[in-house]
Amino acid sequence: MGASQTRSEHKYQDLADKTGFSLEQITNLHKRFQQLSGNEDTLSRQNLDNIPALANNPIRNQIIEAFFDKRNQHQDEVGSFNEIGFEQFLMVMSHFRPPTLKTTEEEKEALRKEKLRFLFNMHDTDNDGTITLVEYRKVVEELLSKSGAIEQETAKAIADAAMLEVASTNVPDMAPDDFYEGITFEHFEQILKGLEMESRMHIRFLDVDTTTMRCGKSTS
Amino acid sequence: MQRCGYVHLWLLGSVLLICLISGVTRVNGDVALTHQESRLNPSKSNLNQTEHGHGSVITGIPIVTFKWHHVETPYLVALWILVAGLGKLVIEANHHVTSVIPESALLICFGFILGGIIWGADKVQTFKLTPTVFFFYLLPQIILDAGYSMPNKLFFSNMGAILIYAVIGTCWNAASLGLSLWGCHKGGAMGDLDLGLLQYLLFGSLMAAVDPVAVIAVFEQVHVNEVLFIMVFGESLLNDGVTVVLFNVFDAFVSLGGDKIDAVEIIKGIISFFVVAFGGSLVGFVFGLLISLLTRCTKNIQIIEPGFVFVLGYLAYLTAEMLSLSAILSIVFCGMCCQKYINSNMDERSVTTVRYVMKVLANGSETIIFVFLGISAIDKEIWVWNTGFILLTLLFVLVYRFIGVFFLTWILNKFRLVPVELIDQVIMSYGGLRGAVAYGLAVMLDENKIKEKNLMVSTTLIVVYFTVILQGITMKPLVNWLKVKRAAVGELTLIEKVQDKVFDHMLVAIEDISGQIGHNYMRDKWNNFEEKWMTCILMKPSARKNRDYVFKVFHKLNLKDAMRYVTEGERRGSLEFVRNETAFIDFKKKFDDDFSEVMPDIMADTSDDYSDTSDMRRDPVPSVSLEMHEQTMNGMRPLEDVNSHHLLQQHLYKGRKQHRHRYSRSHFDVNKDENEVQEIFQRTMRTRLESFKSGKMGVAPLKHITKHLKKDQQQKMPNGKSLDKSKTYHSGDEDFEFSEGDSASGFEASASSFPMRVTYRAGAGIENPAFMPDLDPMAQVQIPPWLAEAEVDSSMVAPSQRAQLRLPWTPSNLRRLAPLRISAHSTDSFMLADAPAAQQRDNDQLPPPPPPPAPPHGDHM
Repeated sequence: MGASQTRSEHKYQDLADKTGFSLEQITNLHKRFQQLSGNEDTLSRQNLDNIPALANNPIRNQIIEAFFDKRNQHQDEVGSFNEIGFEQFLMVMSHFRPPTLKTTEEEKEALRKEKLRFLFNMHDTDNDGTITLVEYRKVVEELLSKSGAIEQETAKAIADAAMLEVASTNVPDMAPDDFYEGITFEHFEQILKGLEMESRMHIRFLDVDTTTMRCGKSTS
Repeated sequence: MQRCGYVHLWLLGSVLLICLISGVTRVNGDVALTHQESRLNPSKSNLNQTEHGHGSVITGIPIVTFKWHHVETPYLVALWILVAGLGKLVIEANHHVTSVIPESALLICFGFILGGIIWGADKVQTFKLTPTVFFFYLLPQIILDAGYSMPNKLFFSNMGAILIYAVIGTCWNAASLGLSLWGCHKGGAMGDLDLGLLQYLLFGSLMAAVDPVAVIAVFEQVHVNEVLFIMVFGESLLNDGVTVVLFNVFDAFVSLGGDKIDAVEIIKGIISFFVVAFGGSLVGFVFGLLISLLTRCTKNIQIIEPGFVFVLGYLAYLTAEMLSLSAILSIVFCGMCCQKYINSNMDERSVTTVRYVMKVLANGSETIIFVFLGISAIDKEIWVWNTGFILLTLLFVLVYRFIGVFFLTWILNKFRLVPVELIDQVIMSYGGLRGAVAYGLAVMLDENKIKEKNLMVSTTLIVVYFTVILQGITMKPLVNWLKVKRAAVGELTLIEKVQDKVFDHMLVAIEDISGQIGHNYMRDKWNNFEEKWMTCILMKPSARKNRDYVFKVFHKLNLKDAMRYVTEGERRGSLEFVRNETAFIDFKKKFDDDFSEVMPDIMADTSDDYSDTSDMRRDPVPSVSLEMHEQTMNGMRPLEDVNSHHLLQQHLYKGRKQHRHRYSRSHFDVNKDENEVQEIFQRTMRTRLESFKSGKMGVAPLKHITKHLKKDQQQKMPNGKSLDKSKTYHSGDEDFEFSEGDSASGFEASASSFPMRVTYRAGAGIENPAFMPDLDPMAQVQIPPWLAEAEVDSSMVAPSQRAQLRLPWTPSNLRRLAPLRISAHSTDSFMLADAPAAQQRDNDQLPPPPPPPAPPHGDHM
């Protein structure tokens, strides 16, 4: 692991500019990256699958998929990678960066949108710009899959009900012959307007190495 | 193993009972005591009278005697509760006033007036808020309610901040106030007072705490955002514990005397502080677990199970008090620990009872507290005016609160993921209301040890009035003016809840991947632990099943929609609108959101409502509930019962047979006599038919009798449609027939008892010949109820063969729970157009609707 620290600083600086992470955070994440990939330069799905703590996460597959999704790399590409490098890893992670005190309102708004886009992409598996009922059902099914008592039919019913909610709030005066094809991003934004994102999609990335975690040193 | 559990429980129960009894006796003694204190004069005179009465020779048996003294104490207590309640009633009657001045302030003013009247009459204040009454009878339920309705997740995710404010902030307040006052005293700002540093610190500690009662009362009316609210609220709850501890420590110091205090004593004081605080929390935790365990096995005594919550909560308070631990912390944690488990362990009705009783008690005592705070002021004895002392106290209380909050937030913001904004800090500081706890502590001061007790009491009162009245009034304008982020007025939408859950899991996953051990990680670990052990031990196995978060919301939404549907139906006098297309659309417009979607769920409710045949044990599972599985139904059943009973009692049933009133202390029995229920049903149907006939006669009600029940199930059987659109005929046909199948399943039992149906049919049904052919197969389709039930239970499919072949394509059935493609409008034509394509696919996915109850008529056709 120690090898990574000798990497040239300016490469990290580039990444820091791109992702908004601090250099320390990048160093830490890089360590983690290498730990996950077994000191390789790239990370495969298998690597992420092997994280023991993830085993119990009902939406594990979606999360892992999100890391390999090109849409989350801000480069207007679609499709998915087979393996990702550290930069891609960081880009995905950067979606969870909390805003600092200095971020302005507009920036916050942009951040929020970005986060929502991430979430949307996670649900919209076939990248057609809408979350269809089938896709949403899958989400709910996976979400409930760990709770045992809830069976598939119920999950389906819940997904359907949720979908209807979206339909009725977004297209209140739909003509009788219209069908609600699925949740578009705009609708998605609309429906989650009330949700406060700050505490829900942020993670504190510590500057200090978690293995030698000491409190009191923070830059936020 | 279960036996063993019961034995344990029994033992536990008996021990508790003993505790309870001893507690009660003590309680009685206390009541009598306080009241004798407060009513010393009158009771003395009464005593004389009664003695006199006893002494006199009885000359005959008095028919009526006036025994005031006999009932005096309870009578006065009841009277005061009534007066306080009436006061609140008057105050709340005018919303223009309460929207400007908070209720708590008005109640205090009301207290002033009452106090004035009493003082005018007696020339002495006979009623006061005594510490015993306050701490033993008024405070516990308020705190228990606060703990019980605490949003746990929010609380624990802000736990660090709350603890820092509550502990360090309170200590800071106490120390700074005491020291500054002492400094001013030394500087000669308040004349000649017999107070030393320790006394000042003691005073500071009793003034330090933000009062939960006052804070809740004020903040409830300004809906600030939830983080801010939980900060202020949590702080006020916890720092009560802290301030009581501080007070006790300083009180002990004062008793010791200044010269005997050395380092050892101070260290002991600090240790006792932690012991008291954590010990109290621990006691609360243990009692919380006890309640949870106990409610796990109260299935057979449902009527008293809500009582356990209160009694054990109170015992938690008293136990902590007995062990000289922090009683307030104890009862807070007790409420917080048990809420989740008792809510899922107990019957739904019991949960509602607990909630309501909790609110009644808390709100009631809050009212009484404020009124008595007002009354206590009108007393010449306690008022000692010392301008310097009082004004300086006020100033310091305000200023140090601001300084403390800003400083602590500054530190906290370095660590918080979402920093507390400046505006929120201002509101937090300004929301530092002092209240009855401070007053209670001040009155508890020992006059022998502190010469200036009265000055302290009056200063406390002034601070309380200042903060509650002035700050309370200005709070709302300030919140508006500063544009504090308000709480989102949250309708719980399903999709939000689903997303919420996605967020939770996602954050954990990202933390896992990035190798951080953060907040989410800890929470996830705790959840897993709780899932594995706590719920296993503390929750009923049956309750464990349906406590999934998202599912609960789903269930709640369904219930809500159903209730609304029924209400609307009642408002219109029938559920006819459901099937009448125009009415339906109007209705939809009226309620902006589209609740026709839930029709299927509603059917569960309504069908049961209108044909209360709980004894017949038909499974009232309608189409949708099939998908929701039995647990939903179990959850819904109590509500259905309540609804149906209510309906029946209100306007349906006037039994020919005398209704047998059965009084039972342990059960809410409804009359379950089969014949009677039968009769109720017939009568109901008859009246409904009459009203329907008169209203609908001209419109060709092709839908003969079944419609009354069917409309409960399928709100939009194409009534007129089949006549004007050949295309829809098929669909109408389907529906119709399907419902025949339905009807066949449930109600044979009462078949012979519906003569009026036939006549009605003869008159109306003929107008639509299109349906005649369908009436024949129906007879074959009929299935006896027992069979139908078996079928529902075993296979969960519709009983009618025809119904199995093709699903009824009423949009209502598909709306909420089974739409493949969704339109915001549910109209038959839409569904029909869509149906052929979608039908096949959905056929595999959806279980066909089951047989809801419907009246049989085939025999009479």
